[in-house]
Amino acid sequence: MKLPPFAYRAPESLEEGLELLAAGEGEARILAGGQSLIPMLALRLARPSLLIELRRVPGLAGVHEDGSGLRIGALTTELVAERDPRVRAASPLLFEALEFVGHPAIRSRGTVGGSLCHADPAAELPAAALVLGAELTARSLARGTRTIPARDFFLGPYTTALEFDEVVTEVRVPAPPSSQGSCYLEVSRRPGDFAMVGVAAAVVRGGDRVLDLRLALSGVGDRPRLLTRDELELEGQDSPEVLFGQAGRSVAARIRPPEDLHASAAYRRHLSRVLTERALRTAFERAALQGGAASA
Amino acid sequence: MPESELGARGPLPIRLEVNGEERGGDVEARTTLADFLRDQLGLTGTHLGCEHGVCGACTVLLDSLPTRSCLVLAASADGCRVETVEGLARDGQLSRLQRAMWDSHSFQCGFCTPGFLIQATALLAENPTPTEAEVRHALSGNLCRCTGYESIVRGVLAACAGPERSGAESK
Ligand SMILES: Cc1cc2nc3c(=O)[nH]c(=O)nc-3n(C[C@H](O)[C@H](O)[C@H](O)COP(=O)(O)OP(=O)(O)OC[C@H]3O[C@@H](n4cnc5c(N)ncnc54)[C@H](O)[C@@H]3O)c2cc1C
Ligand code: FES
Ligand code: FES
Repeated sequence: MKLPPFAYRAPESLEEGLELLAAGEGEARILAGGQSLIPMLALRLARPSLLIELRRVPGLAGVHEDGSGLRIGALTTELVAERDPRVRAASPLLFEALEFVGHPAIRSRGTVGGSLCHADPAAELPAAALVLGAELTARSLARGTRTIPARDFFLGPYTTALEFDEVVTEVRVPAPPSSQGSCYLEVSRRPGDFAMVGVAAAVVRGGDRVLDLRLALSGVGDRPRLLTRDELELEGQDSPEVLFGQAGRSVAARIRPPEDLHASAAYRRHLSRVLTERALRTAFERAALQGGAASA
Repeated sequence: MPESELGARGPLPIRLEVNGEERGGDVEARTTLADFLRDQLGLTGTHLGCEHGVCGACTVLLDSLPTRSCLVLAASADGCRVETVEGLARDGQLSRLQRAMWDSHSFQCGFCTPGFLIQATALLAENPTPTEAEVRHALSGNLCRCTGYESIVRGVLAACAGPERSGAESK
């Protein structure tokens, strides 16, 4: 369908954008890549009266790295992030998740910040952001700058902790411990489709033991949740293999996956168990390559 | 209407480069790049299927990257460089890819063709010798209602085949 009428502004500074957003009193929306917002307009799922495009605002796109991790500008496209060698080196999990996001013609415009703010329960990046312990920087006129941990950011389907007048400017991804391995796995109907089930996993390894593990799943609930060893109620002493099997069963028992044309709830639950086990095992093996085996 | 929205629905003047030529016009805020190309510039080679990003028929190159023109506002493309299917042939000569897809009968009704041509052009620009799996992966976001995927993939592979490979793969 054609788009409904709305007003459009492309301010040259963030301050101006924040003013427009605040003046919109909830009727204005940020336009990032438009790869979710424009379809929502076309399908009449959103009816903002003003779109504020930030592409003329300097400094909102780009990847930076320092010793403590990555800083990714909110307006960085998914394609640019995926192709940046620093992302691949510093955050293999994010890189792997990015490759599963949509098709190349979507990633060329869709942004990292947009994907997180859109908060689709089947999206890859929110799950990866949780496992990576990412933090979002949000700015508004009323409250200035605040930092929101990914853990507190996703509240429900398409619902985040952002206030209507806030803009995400940056995503910070802390450098993972050197003994951590990670893995993102997904099953979807075609490459590029949203996840039927996706699993982001990270394992900290000490010799032949699992010191810590973190998981988040896409496509199995109203939002991705961070699952730790404690939340999964895993026994501490078992061999990694036993632990991963336990984790898979624990995840499957905890989720309430949706049912649709493409997959029954039972099938999603099955995938969740199998992919959890597999992602954890792969993450554990990769941790060895990164030196985790030595640091027992 | 709040002051911030005064005059912001259009007409908004835009200028952009389309297939190597400077073009411009006044658009409404809600005009998509696809509608601007088709209705205001008469470049109806860019097709509209779903108009919400899922079919790929409207794919164009925006600053050299494949992009859904139904998901980009014309106003957002102000100052950008656009290439459409009309720009693939040079001086009346089909591009190598167009020729190969023609020879491979990659088109049935032809509705999806512009999107596939642009997406495949982008693939070959980055990876001149893709494997069949890479071709399928790159084209996975484009739908063909006639379901002629086999001949489309064959056409793209034929475009990047040297004489040896095309000899080996011809039926
Ligand atoms: C065919 C198709 C397939 C897709 N497949 C996938 C997939 O498999 N996995 C996946 O994860 N995604 C997929 N997507 C969505 C894609 O990743 C989007 O790019 C992404 O979800 C939104 O990013 P965007 O930059 O386009 O945001 P927009 O569409 O511009 O914005 C989305 C929402 O976030 C808000 N917003 C954006 N940026 C900010 C900001 N900096 N601060 C505050 N609010 C902001 C907007 O106001 C809007 O409400 C697909 C899209 C299409 C069309
Ligand atoms: S018309 Fe743009 S993707 Fe279908
Ligand atoms: S040839 Fe008819 S839609 Fe592809």
